[in-house]
Amino acid sequence: MSSDAIAIQTAEAAGRPWVETLHEWVTTVDHKRLGVLYILYALFFLVIGGIEAFIIRIQLMRPHNDFVSPQVFNRMFTMHGTTMIFFVAMPILFGFANYLVPLMIGARDMAFPRLNAFSFWLTAFGGLLLYFSFLGGSGLYGAGNAPDVGWWAYAPLASRAFSPGHSSDYWTVALLVSGFGSIGTAINIIATIISMRCPGMTLNRMPLLAWMNMVMSGMVLLAISPLTAAQIMLLVDRYLGGHFFDTQAGGSATLWMHFFWIFGHPEVYVLIIPCFAFASEIIPVFSRKPIFGYPVMVGATVCIAFVSMSVWAHHMFTIGMSSYANSFFTITTMAVGVPTGIKIFNWLGTMWGGKIQFKTPMLFCIGFLFQFLIAGLTGIMLASSPFDWQLGGSYFVVAHFHYVIVGGILFALFGAFYYWYPKITGRMLHEGLGKLHFWLFVIGFHLTFDLMHIPGLLGMPRRIYTYEPGRGWDTLNFLVTVGAFIQGIATLVFVANLVISYFKGAKAGNDPWDAWTLEWSVSSPPPEYNFASIPAVASRRPLWDLKHPEDPDSHYE
Amino acid sequence: MSTIATPLPETSAAWKLPYRGKVGMAGLIIAESAIFTIFVVAYLFYAGKSLSGPTPSEVLETPIFYTICLLSSSLTIHFAGKFLERGRRGAFLLLWVLTVTLGALFLYGTGQEWHRLIYEHGLTISTNLFGTTYYSLVGLHAFHVTAGLIMLTIVLLFGLAGRVGPEQSARIDVLSLYWHFVDAVWVVVFTVVYVLGR
Repeated sequence: MSSDAIAIQTAEAAGRPWVETLHEWVTTVDHKRLGVLYILYALFFLVIGGIEAFIIRIQLMRPHNDFVSPQVFNRMFTMHGTTMIFFVAMPILFGFANYLVPLMIGARDMAFPRLNAFSFWLTAFGGLLLYFSFLGGSGLYGAGNAPDVGWWAYAPLASRAFSPGHSSDYWTVALLVSGFGSIGTAINIIATIISMRCPGMTLNRMPLLAWMNMVMSGMVLLAISPLTAAQIMLLVDRYLGGHFFDTQAGGSATLWMHFFWIFGHPEVYVLIIPCFAFASEIIPVFSRKPIFGYPVMVGATVCIAFVSMSVWAHHMFTIGMSSYANSFFTITTMAVGVPTGIKIFNWLGTMWGGKIQFKTPMLFCIGFLFQFLIAGLTGIMLASSPFDWQLGGSYFVVAHFHYVIVGGILFALFGAFYYWYPKITGRMLHEGLGKLHFWLFVIGFHLTFDLMHIPGLLGMPRRIYTYEPGRGWDTLNFLVTVGAFIQGIATLVFVANLVISYFKGAKAGNDPWDAWTLEWSVSSPPPEYNFASIPAVASRRPLWDLKHPEDPDSHYE
Repeated sequence: MSTIATPLPETSAAWKLPYRGKVGMAGLIIAESAIFTIFVVAYLFYAGKSLSGPTPSEVLETPIFYTICLLSSSLTIHFAGKFLERGRRGAFLLLWVLTVTLGALFLYGTGQEWHRLIYEHGLTISTNLFGTTYYSLVGLHAFHVTAGLIMLTIVLLFGLAGRVGPEQSARIDVLSLYWHFVDAVWVVVFTVVYVLGR
C-alpha cells in the first residue's frame, strides 16, 4: 500500500539536514510542492495585504483622523489592491489548480513541470519586486516609497511627470513579471488537462474543477496578455520617452483605461471561476448527490468566460462614452448575470433533496452562494449606466467588489482549505475552530461590507483619506472598521487552526469526506508519483463506481 | 501501491491525447496574439493623430523583398520538418540553414529600415505618436523574430552535431508552429503599418 512509500520517505527526511530539505523545496518541479509553495506564498501576502487594509480602515474609522498621512494612505490602497489581486488571489488559485488538477485527472504531474517551477518563481520575484519599492522607490539613496497611483495606475498619473522616482516602475515591472508567470501557469494547466488525462477521462467525465480551471486558464491567456502589453507601453512611455498615454503629444489617457479594464474585468472572472470550481466539488459531496446539470454547468462556465470578455468598459461609464457604448456595455454586463444565475440554480439544485452535512467546507460554500448572489445583484445595479454615473466613484462600488472578492472568492477559498487540507497534509482541520472561524468571519464580513454600501449611497467618494464629520458617515465608518477587526480575529483563528491541526489534527486517511473524485483514491498526502499505476475511469465519479460496484454511475451516463 | 480506481481497464487501448508540446505552443500563441492585438489596436487608434511629423506616408517604404524572405521561410521550415520526419537529415539541415538565413535577412531588413528612419528622417520612438507606435509594434515583432532565430540556431547547432533525428520530429514541429505564428503576425503588421497606416 501507499503508506509504505510514505513511511520510507519520512524516515529519510528525518535524518536529513534542513539545508537539504530547503534545497529540495527550492528546486522542486513536483506539482504538489509547487502548489503548496504557491499557497504559502499567497498566505504570506494575504497577511501583508490585510495589514494594509487595516491601516486604511483605521484611518477612515473616524472623521479628521490622522493615523496616516494622505500620501501613505494612497500608497496603502495601491499596495492593498495590487497585492490582493496579483499576489494573493492569483497565486492561491493557481496553487490549488496546481495541486488538484493532475490528481483529479489521474496524471502524475503537470504537462511541463519545469515551466511550472519557473512560473512560480517569476510570480514570487514579482511580489518581492513590488515590495522592494518600499526601499528602492526613490532610487536606492534616501527613503523609498511604494507606488501610490492606485492599482489601475490611470494615465497620466502614472507618467514620469506625475509619478517621479521609481515607485511606479516597481509596480509595472512586478506586474509584468508575475504576468509572465501567470501566462506560463495557464499554458501549463491547459496542456495538462488536454494532454495528460488518464484513460477513460473524456472531457465529458472530467471533474468540474478541471473544466473550470481550463476555462480560467484560457481567460488568463486572453486577459493577462493585454495587461502585459499595456505595461510594456507604460514602460516605453516612462523610460524611452514614448507618447502612448501622453496627452500633450496626442496620446490618450482613455486608451490606458480600455487596456487596463480589458484585463481588469475578465480578471474578476479569472478569480471567481476557480471558486465556482471549489463550490462545484464541495457542494455535491456534502449534499451526498452528484452535481445537478453537469453539462449546463460546463456550458455556463464557457458562456461566462465568453461574455465577460466584452464587458470591460462598464468600469468606464463615468468617463463619458458614447450612448451606444454605454448601452452595449450595460447589456453585456447584465447578460453575464444569466449564466451566473444558471450556476447558482444548479448548486441549489444539487443541494435540493440532498442529505446535507453542515461541515465547515459546506458552511463556507453556502456563505459563498448567498453572498455571491448579493454581490451579483449590486453588480447588476451598477451595470445600469445611469445608476453608475451616480455611484461610480463612490464607496458603493468599493462595497460591491469587496462583496465579490471577500464574500464570494474568499469564502469559497476558505471552503477549499477546509476540504482539501486533509489531502495536502494528511490531517483534518479542527471542526470546532473551523465553525468558530466561519461564524466570526460571517459576522465581521456582513458588518463591514453590508454597511459599506450605505456611506456610498450617502455620497462618500472612494480613495479619500479622510472626511468631514456630520455627514452621516461617521458611525457607519466606525462599524465598518469594527467589522474588519472581527474578520481579522477570524483569520487569526483560521491561521491557528492551520498550524495546530498540522501537528495535532486527527489523521485524515485517504478519503475523509467519502468523496468521488480521483484525488481521494491516493494516500494523504499523496505519494510523489501520485498514482502507482495510472487509473482508468468510466464515469464522472470514479470512486463512487469503486465503492458501489453493484450500481456504478457508468451505467447511467 | 496506492488504491487505484480501475473499474474499466480495457479503455486504455485506444486512448490517445494531443501532444502536450503542441497544446502548450498553441496556448502561447493565443497569449501572444492578445499582446499583438493590443499593440495593433494602439497603432490603428493613433494612426494620423501625431501632432508633429514625420508621418508614415512621408517616410515609410514598403519592405517587399524582406517580407518575401520571411514568408518563404515558413515554407522552408515546413518542408524541413517533413524531411526530418522521413529521416532525410541532409535535406532537413539544408532547408533549416535556408530558414535561418531568410529570418536573419528579414531582421537585417528591419535594421536597415530603422537605421534609415533614425538617421535620415530623425524619427525615433520619442519623436511623435507614429514613432512610438511604429517602433513598439515593429520592434515587438522583431523581438519575436530574434527569439525564434535563437531557437532555430540552437536546433541548427544540434543538427550539425548530428543530434537531430526523426525522433525529435514532434519537437521540431512545435518550433515551426512558433515560426509560422511569427510570420502570420508579420502579415498583420505589414497590412496595418504599410497598407492601412499610410
